[in-house]
Amino acid sequence: MSWLWLAVVLIPIYWIVITSLKTQSNYYLTNPFAPPADPTLDNYRLVIEMDFPLYFLNSLIVAIGTVIPSVLFSFMAAYAIVRSSGANRFLRGINSLFLMGLAIPLQATVIPVYLLIIKMQLYDSLTALILPSIAFAIPLSVLVLSNFIRDVPKELFESMRLDGASEWKTLWGLAFPLTRPAVVTVSIYNALQVWNGFLLPLILTQSPDKRTLPLALAAFQGGPYGVNVPAVLASVVLTILPILILYTVGRRQLLSGLTAGFSK
Amino acid sequence: MSAITARRTSSAAASRGGGVLPWLALPALVAFAVFALIPLIGVLLLSFTSWDTLGEIQLTGLESWRQVLTDPGLPHALWVTFLIMLLSWGFQTPASILIGVFLAGHQRYRELLAVLYFIPLLLSSAAIAITFKALLDPNFGLGAGLGIDFLTQDWLGEPGLAFGVVIFVVSWQFIPFHSLLYQGGVRQIPRSLYEAAELDGAGRVRMFFSITLPQLKYTIITSSTLMLVGSLTFFDLIFVLTEGGPGDATRALALDMYKRGFQANLMGAACVIGVILVLVGLALALLLRRIGGRDPYASQLEGV
Repeated sequence: MSWLWLAVVLIPIYWIVITSLKTQSNYYLTNPFAPPADPTLDNYRLVIEMDFPLYFLNSLIVAIGTVIPSVLFSFMAAYAIVRSSGANRFLRGINSLFLMGLAIPLQATVIPVYLLIIKMQLYDSLTALILPSIAFAIPLSVLVLSNFIRDVPKELFESMRLDGASEWKTLWGLAFPLTRPAVVTVSIYNALQVWNGFLLPLILTQSPDKRTLPLALAAFQGGPYGVNVPAVLASVVLTILPILILYTVGRRQLLSGLTAGFSK
Repeated sequence: MSAITARRTSSAAASRGGGVLPWLALPALVAFAVFALIPLIGVLLLSFTSWDTLGEIQLTGLESWRQVLTDPGLPHALWVTFLIMLLSWGFQTPASILIGVFLAGHQRYRELLAVLYFIPLLLSSAAIAITFKALLDPNFGLGAGLGIDFLTQDWLGEPGLAFGVVIFVVSWQFIPFHSLLYQGGVRQIPRSLYEAAELDGAGRVRMFFSITLPQLKYTIITSSTLMLVGSLTFFDLIFVLTEGGPGDATRALALDMYKRGFQANLMGAACVIGVILVLVGLALALLLRRIGGRDPYASQLEGV
């Protein structure tokens, strides 16, 4: 059973890669599982000419623009929640608010988000994608980060305080460096969510030059080049490639980032 | 420095810190409030209006609710969502547990397999849907290429088949993720339990059912929660794969909301679906919490 499913998972991946290296005419003629006799990179050239570098850049901007503020904000909130240890009513309320945010499917609120973005005159911009993505990322990030900050020995905070360090300084000088693995984990999780996100780009942008990669993929397949299967698959491979490179470099980090907060 | 002044500085720092802490949470609160909390309230308010995305938003009371609740499309979308939830859960859970147990072994070949096996975790739903669309194309896909009649069916053109394809592709995408959860869960089970059972002469199957499964209880709850709540809002995959079709065979709730709102320009009606989604999601989370006896998110985080 395990072996069977492993095969089911691996065969399509193998198929995408070899097919993306075939010419369109070869694709129809050869055995789909046979590697191409004369591999070609023409499909990749075509995809790159179809503005994919721009879409790549868009995705990168949205991912970075979301991850940095959401993780920093979440870290500050998590720090405050842990350090007040339930003594502050305002912070307790914020904590339960974020916990509630975890249970609610936030995608269900995209229509008011759409209205809000229009009213703010941000429609069809990358900022329109970044702002809601930050908000959606906060609940889980706060939860995971506060669990890690809680692990920092209390004595360390105490000695910082005795040295007269402000909370601000303790936050960035002590808590942040000590929980760096958790920060990386949460950042990876959020980055991947945004990188692969589809619904927000679909409803909040419309110009081709504002497309992020997943949307560009769908448009490419639905467009005039859609019949060129090897080219479509080359576009799929190109969007996966950067993450795949990260995967080979930091596999353990990436996998623990994916299950951020769900297992340990 | 004397002890007294030291204490005074420390208490001064504490009172100053107490004042600063709430401010630290403010940026996260503001971001969350504007783009999650206000929309959450907004979706309820907008469900009592009519808005066609171009004109003015008009207060129309229960008009949109009446429109949606009397539309046979709603029970259908609920039914499709429920079926996707149930079938994908029923298929993914046993498969993920078995593969998770398999991959938890520390043998070299298993670790190598795991590296490849987790690749679907990295792919976007759009990329996966596009791949399977090409793969299952009756004229140019795998079936035609291999000359196998079974594979040359019109997979996405026939309601029953298209539904099956959706379940299959969802499983293809998410079983690796849940296997990863179970792999972690299995590796946390103390070895001593198995050693004791071995001494008692228990076989591997017996050990699986009397040790592994009960020990995985909380992983099962977490994984099931994520699967069920996640399948409630499946959108990308179905949108790219079938667009809800053929007909409305795979038109689940999230897709129904999108189509009503952004294709039929009935934002009020779409918000009604949004409210229903929120309510079902909350009910589901509460129900699972009751079954599990504790918060599925908290459970996995204890002792982190």
